[in-house]
Amino acid sequence: MSPTALELAAAVRTAERSARDAVAASIEAIAAGDGAIHAFVEVLADRALARAEQIDAAVAAGSDPGPLAGVPVALKDNLCTRGVPTTCASRILGTWCPPYDATVVERLERAGAVVVGKTNMDEFAMGSSTENSCFGPTRNPRDHARVPGGSSGGSAAAVAAGFVPLALGSDTGGSIRQPAAFCGVVGVKPTYGLVSRYGLVAFASSLDQIGPFAATVADAAAALAAIAGHDERDSTSLSDPVPELAAAVGRGVLGRRIGVVKELVDGVDRPVAARAREAAEAMAAAGATVEEVSIPQLRYGLAAYYLLAPAEASSNLARFDGVRYGLRVDAPDASAMNVATRTEGFGAEVKRRIMLGTYALSAGYYDAYYARAQRVRTLVAQGFGRAFATFDALLGATTPTTAFALAERTENPLAMYLSDTCTVPASLAGIPAISVPFGADPAGLPVGVQVMAPALGESTLFAVAGALERAAPPERRP
Amino acid sequence: MTPGDTRPDPRPPAIGPEQVRHVARLARLRLSDEELARFTGQLAAVLDYAAELAELDVEGLEPMAHPLPLRNVLRSDEPRPPLRRDEVLEQAPAVEDGCFCVPRILSGEG
Amino acid sequence: MTGLPDGWEVVVGLEVHCELATATKLFCGCANAFGAEPNTNVCPVCLGLPGSLPVLNRRAVELAMRIGVALGARIAPSVFHRKNYFYPDMPKDFQISQYDAPINRGGRLELPDGTVVGIERAHLEEDTGKTTHVGGTGRIGGADRALVDYNRAGVPLVEIVSAPDIRSAAQARAYVAELRAILVATGASDGRMEEGSLRVDANVSVRRPGGPLGTRCEIKNLNSMRSLGRAIEFEAARQIAQCAAGGQVVQETRHWDEDRGETVPMRSKEEAEDYRYFPEPDLVPLEPDQRWQAEVAASIGPLPAERRVRLLHLLGAAPTPAQAEQVRSVVASDLDALVVAACEHGAPASLALARTANEVAAEPSSAARLDPAAFATLLVLEASGELATSQSKQVLAELLATGGDPAEIARRLGFEPMDRGELAGVIEQVIAEHPEDWARFAGGEDKVRGPLIGAVRKATGNKADPAAVGRYLDERRARGS
Ligand SMILES: [Mg+2]
Ligand SMILES: [Zn+2]
Repeated sequence: MSPTALELAAAVRTAERSARDAVAASIEAIAAGDGAIHAFVEVLADRALARAEQIDAAVAAGSDPGPLAGVPVALKDNLCTRGVPTTCASRILGTWCPPYDATVVERLERAGAVVVGKTNMDEFAMGSSTENSCFGPTRNPRDHARVPGGSSGGSAAAVAAGFVPLALGSDTGGSIRQPAAFCGVVGVKPTYGLVSRYGLVAFASSLDQIGPFAATVADAAAALAAIAGHDERDSTSLSDPVPELAAAVGRGVLGRRIGVVKELVDGVDRPVAARAREAAEAMAAAGATVEEVSIPQLRYGLAAYYLLAPAEASSNLARFDGVRYGLRVDAPDASAMNVATRTEGFGAEVKRRIMLGTYALSAGYYDAYYARAQRVRTLVAQGFGRAFATFDALLGATTPTTAFALAERTENPLAMYLSDTCTVPASLAGIPAISVPFGADPAGLPVGVQVMAPALGESTLFAVAGALERAAPPERRP
Repeated sequence: MTPGDTRPDPRPPAIGPEQVRHVARLARLRLSDEELARFTGQLAAVLDYAAELAELDVEGLEPMAHPLPLRNVLRSDEPRPPLRRDEVLEQAPAVEDGCFCVPRILSGEG
Repeated sequence: MTGLPDGWEVVVGLEVHCELATATKLFCGCANAFGAEPNTNVCPVCLGLPGSLPVLNRRAVELAMRIGVALGARIAPSVFHRKNYFYPDMPKDFQISQYDAPINRGGRLELPDGTVVGIERAHLEEDTGKTTHVGGTGRIGGADRALVDYNRAGVPLVEIVSAPDIRSAAQARAYVAELRAILVATGASDGRMEEGSLRVDANVSVRRPGGPLGTRCEIKNLNSMRSLGRAIEFEAARQIAQCAAGGQVVQETRHWDEDRGETVPMRSKEEAEDYRYFPEPDLVPLEPDQRWQAEVAASIGPLPAERRVRLLHLLGAAPTPAQAEQVRSVVASDLDALVVAACEHGAPASLALARTANEVAAEPSSAARLDPAAFATLLVLEASGELATSQSKQVLAELLATGGDPAEIARRLGFEPMDRGELAGVIEQVIAEHPEDWARFAGGEDKVRGPLIGAVRKATGNKADPAAVGRYLDERRARGS
């Protein structure tokens, strides 16, 4: 069993183990195992080892390199890294190297973490299987014939395969939680505004949040603590104090009121529903008051999401026009050059969503689609609001199914979209949610249980997640 | 288009190849005939699914553009160092005289 | 101004884009500066690099609010929208602008002649980069490539949209002149049209007076007062000719070609614009509270109309048309404070106004350094006849160039002012030498006044100020001695 991020950092900070050794081990594990999985699109071995040596030097000099000292981390390839290609798994970005680091990258490095590589994803984070990548798909480390989920499938797989103890992903409608569930790791979508989006290549700005993947809830809390907090470069960044995270993990759920969301249990595959109900029982056994709650508005979330997110995306992705960076396909005039570049540079799913979003915003359809979806978003948020008047946290399945087979849904976009149905509501409402592994289906595929809390309720979220982790059935690794 | 209005009959019309072609033009994408047919079918399926929203009574609900109640986020008018020009232009597909170079712009564009 | 054919009226609404005089851009910390090397004032935000995010400049908001206050607009909660369209000079391929919730709503602008033009809105938005068409003919359309400089991309603009209340090219120019004066007075803009700080689009239509509004065309690229007037006149004539020939005006955007002196259609007609406005999700709503609004309102000095009244008041008597024009131009070029200060130091108002409107205004870069007390001293010397007008102007030129004491400058230039007593002695001597001329002058024959003055000047080696000599002669005749 590889050490957790917190164990590793503790060893590095006390000079029990060198950061260089920890990072080298991670790079070797990737070299040995990633050929079969393809979690990484780029491994930054030299850079990472050099950085690790700096950390070791700092420790030797008696200074503290931070709470994540020497911890190897992987970054989804839509997070900007200065001087290192950031591709969003799209041909259109070519070999673009951002001239700046995302805020989360700065903060992770300030906390002592070492970036070992960039991970595969669905192109521009659009997808639920990490098959929409110009680099080819990532495979689920638990079953190579299956998808890791998406769009942050590379980051989920990198943690699940034991290549790194921590990774960052981005979650717009479930892109952290769904792959976490499919790969059997912990994945967190924080409160909208808790983590700065500066340097995250936007998919749908009003929904995107960056969050961590980890093998344990405590590691996830430590990673979130490192990246959370106000950033003046993001106007949507909250200036509220960061909720207490590390201490919350072991707090337990005694006296907590937990609602089991009917809509997030009833409609899902039987083995997944069964694990979610067991999780609820375990919380009751741990001292929480557990009751079922119905939030009927949630069933409209997915339809609203698939209008709102593509609408924002259609605008966010307009800038990929061949003028300033990335791919250019030549043509006799500027407009034709834009068309040729975008036609060749974007994959089918991205084009589909750009067109869907353009349509939803266009004259004559705005009210029927976009404006209506925004009002439904209000309805979903109100539904949660009512539930949180009674409950401290809500619990349900993360996904309707366990990991599906590669290529199973690539020809049917709607079927692919339906795999986000349990995760989208929290994204619409901007509330925090976490997926915690809780047992497996009969085929041995991991099941994730989702916990949701009110905005900035991360302390509660991590308390419930910690209790779930302690109550989860023992791992049966194949 | 007035983004405050709701219509009496919110059930949207079905999408056809003509609209898809129009939308592709707005989005600066070119579709082959085969792609046009395929995308039309796929978009119609998604929009048909989304049509269930028409069932809901959303009268009187504020459109939610944002999950946050934030207001007046401002920065002070203080200069920050710009990027170095070589760093900016080194990423460009074509450069001339310190500028980004693009093929000719037709007067009808925009 | 050339007139329109009888029975036609032109209806004009103007959209003025005003670059705000901030230190930095609207959404990033890059310098808002004119004339830098291309692409040197750019950062991830104003280049629209993936992952970058906008953060609103407080100063830009305040200057926009000042404009609103000056135009009597209501400052309202506002929301930024994205206006989506592709163009190489727009880094994100959308412009962040305000759509159905602008910061300033309604308002009015009164022209110096009393005409009131309604203001519909004055909203904040970002500027685009600058495109230069090169190769081929170098004209848009005829060039073979274009070069883009993003230094201007993201510079804060306030777009001021007037109601269609303007009825002539002259009125359009008066509107822009007055608006410009207001923008300069509030500190919102430097008002430099030649540097693109103010750019005007005109919506022009024609109709039979009292009839329904005609179809309008929007004319872009009006970058000087001259272009504005010419373009409106051309466009009105074009539309009238079209209507008179039984045709119809097509609603379209047209470009003013300054060299050819005509407007030409700009965009393809078949494809209607569809900007797909939606709320900018990377920004939050702007809701200035009462306190902030009051602070901004209190920070604005007196507006041009009020300042003109103050100057007119200094003049005392009813102004001549020339003086009224001087008052307008002095306020527009922000030099009225100099006139007021000079008067406070004892300068005669009409002289201070005239010298400021002409000689001082011609040297805008030195005007700010001109010491009002020294200026006043000079004007008093001139008024008292100790310096001739031409001498006084030369001393003023020196004063503007280098500063100093006017009397000393006059001495250095050899304009030894004649002592009053000495001058009187010379004049009496000339009268004694020309008794017949004096008798005719004393008898009311004004045409001998000139020769008498000439004789005095001759006797003093041209040192005597003719005005002062004239005044002496007039006074002596009035006394009847
Ligand atoms: Mg505008
Ligand atoms: Zn900038």
